[in-house]
Amino acid sequence: MKAMSRSLTQNANREAPGARSFSRTTRLLMAPAVIFLLIWMLVPLLMTIYYSFQQYNLMMPMYDGFAAFGNYAILLSDPVFWEALGNTLIIVLASLVVTVCLGLALALLFNRTFVGRGVARTLAVAPFFVMPVVTGLIWKNMLFHPVYGLFAWIARQLGLEPVDWLAHYPMVSVIIMITWEWTPFALLVLLTGLQSLPEDQIEAARLDGANAWQEFRHIVVPHLGQVLYVVVMLESIFFLTSFAEIYTTTSGGPGTATTNLPYYIFQTVFQQYDIGMASAAAIGAVVLANIFAIMLIRFIAGNLNAGAQQ
Amino acid sequence: MRTQSGNALLGILAWLVALAIFFPILWLLLTAFKTEQEAFSVDPTFWFMPTLESFKTALAQGSGYWHYAWNSALTAVASTIIGLALAVPAAYAMAFYPNKRTDFLLVWMVSTKFIPAVGVLIPIFLVYKTVGLLDHALGLTLLFTAMNLPIIVWMVYSYFRDIPKDIVEAADIDGASVLQTLFKVVLPLALPGLASTGLLALILAWNESFWSITMTDHRAATLAVYIASFKSAEGLFWAKMSAASVLAIAPIIVLGWFTQRQMVRGLTFGAVK
Repeated sequence: MKAMSRSLTQNANREAPGARSFSRTTRLLMAPAVIFLLIWMLVPLLMTIYYSFQQYNLMMPMYDGFAAFGNYAILLSDPVFWEALGNTLIIVLASLVVTVCLGLALALLFNRTFVGRGVARTLAVAPFFVMPVVTGLIWKNMLFHPVYGLFAWIARQLGLEPVDWLAHYPMVSVIIMITWEWTPFALLVLLTGLQSLPEDQIEAARLDGANAWQEFRHIVVPHLGQVLYVVVMLESIFFLTSFAEIYTTTSGGPGTATTNLPYYIFQTVFQQYDIGMASAAAIGAVVLANIFAIMLIRFIAGNLNAGAQQ
Repeated sequence: MRTQSGNALLGILAWLVALAIFFPILWLLLTAFKTEQEAFSVDPTFWFMPTLESFKTALAQGSGYWHYAWNSALTAVASTIIGLALAVPAAYAMAFYPNKRTDFLLVWMVSTKFIPAVGVLIPIFLVYKTVGLLDHALGLTLLFTAMNLPIIVWMVYSYFRDIPKDIVEAADIDGASVLQTLFKVVLPLALPGLASTGLLALILAWNESFWSITMTDHRAATLAVYIASFKSAEGLFWAKMSAASVLAIAPIIVLGWFTQRQMVRGLTFGAVK
């Protein structure tokens, strides 16, 4: 302990006064977290890249060795992969549009004062805290079910033919479930954003005689634009990795109608045992996620420096 | 006058939307208090005598519920404690002794959160299989730790940053060591923030399903795996499934209500507060 604090003071003396950078101790303090993430995230990622260039099937141990781009070639010629990629993008885009639009409308609605607002808001955000596995089963068994589901009952009451949602509109069903889970998230974040509007600016604008539209256009929209950006990027990354909702309801079907990339990789590993192919597909998923992640990380890093000036 | 009635209408609209969004959860809750016959009927039962029968079946000795609940609690709590233990020193160093590399390290840690789980699934599965961590609570715990660590580091860092630097400097000048400052000055001040960070990590770990489904079978299986196993039970045990689900989600929904703001702060990495 003494040695540590002495080395701290020495460092402090050596470096510019006030620049409290005690590199050795800080390195020791940060090392466990950094090493942990290296072992559990970075090393496996590099191993996935390695496997993606190997011929490696758990069922056929005799065929192994360097495959060069063989796995990627097979992958790119597999129509199911392309379908999975398309499904992934459809899920991301459709869920994004719906959750953001609904979330924004709801945030504006819940930003007003009305009787019991706190309770109503609390009910509205509850789905976000429901285990995705439970979400899948509630919708599959109690709402979508063509005979015993509530939707079928409503259809019968209206004299309509009940719809077998998961069989006939599987993709719509998956998007409905994801939307139900994530609209509350968009609502929660956008509402937080609305409530942190720069009051002083609004005040000043009003004093300058700005009308409600101008106030909305020039103060609310730019401020909320940043929040929207964060919501869109975060949701994209989460939607790219949707799994539980599909696993518990459609199992990627009927056929491959709702097989997205994570589910495709899951099947390639646990049903075909093809490590090489699955790794190549996993790298595809990482690249796709990176497109969004890079933009988001830039934003977070920018925010970091803005915060440092406070 | 017109705007007032307009306001009232918008209030009613907000309530209707909130109830519609909440309805599936309410329906699950109602089903949990029905008998199996009432739960599985062509015309839904709206009026019924509530019974605790399904809860009794769900929690009965042979159901294994406690086994899965124990695994869920164990992995969530252990991963949160390990996560905080790793994150607090790192966040402390970054918040109070920043250097040129601090920003880079912080952003790098955050970026690992954006690697899709499938990107690291295969090697982790193969290594776990080799070293015997497959279907093992420790293996799952460490995965939950890795999954939540970026968020925990970020949140603890942002709470530490809220503490005036003068206080830490004063302690340093008084001759306190780094660890003394951390334990006697910084941690007590950041305790509420640490508590809500821990709560968020607990919720995320409890609700996790991808790693639980791929890495466990029975021994270390969590509630998510148990409940997912009802997916092929066509019409059988709906009331029991509902009761089990209610027990699994109720504590989290209640905790979630208390931690909404922290959830936003943590999941958006401070971009929205």
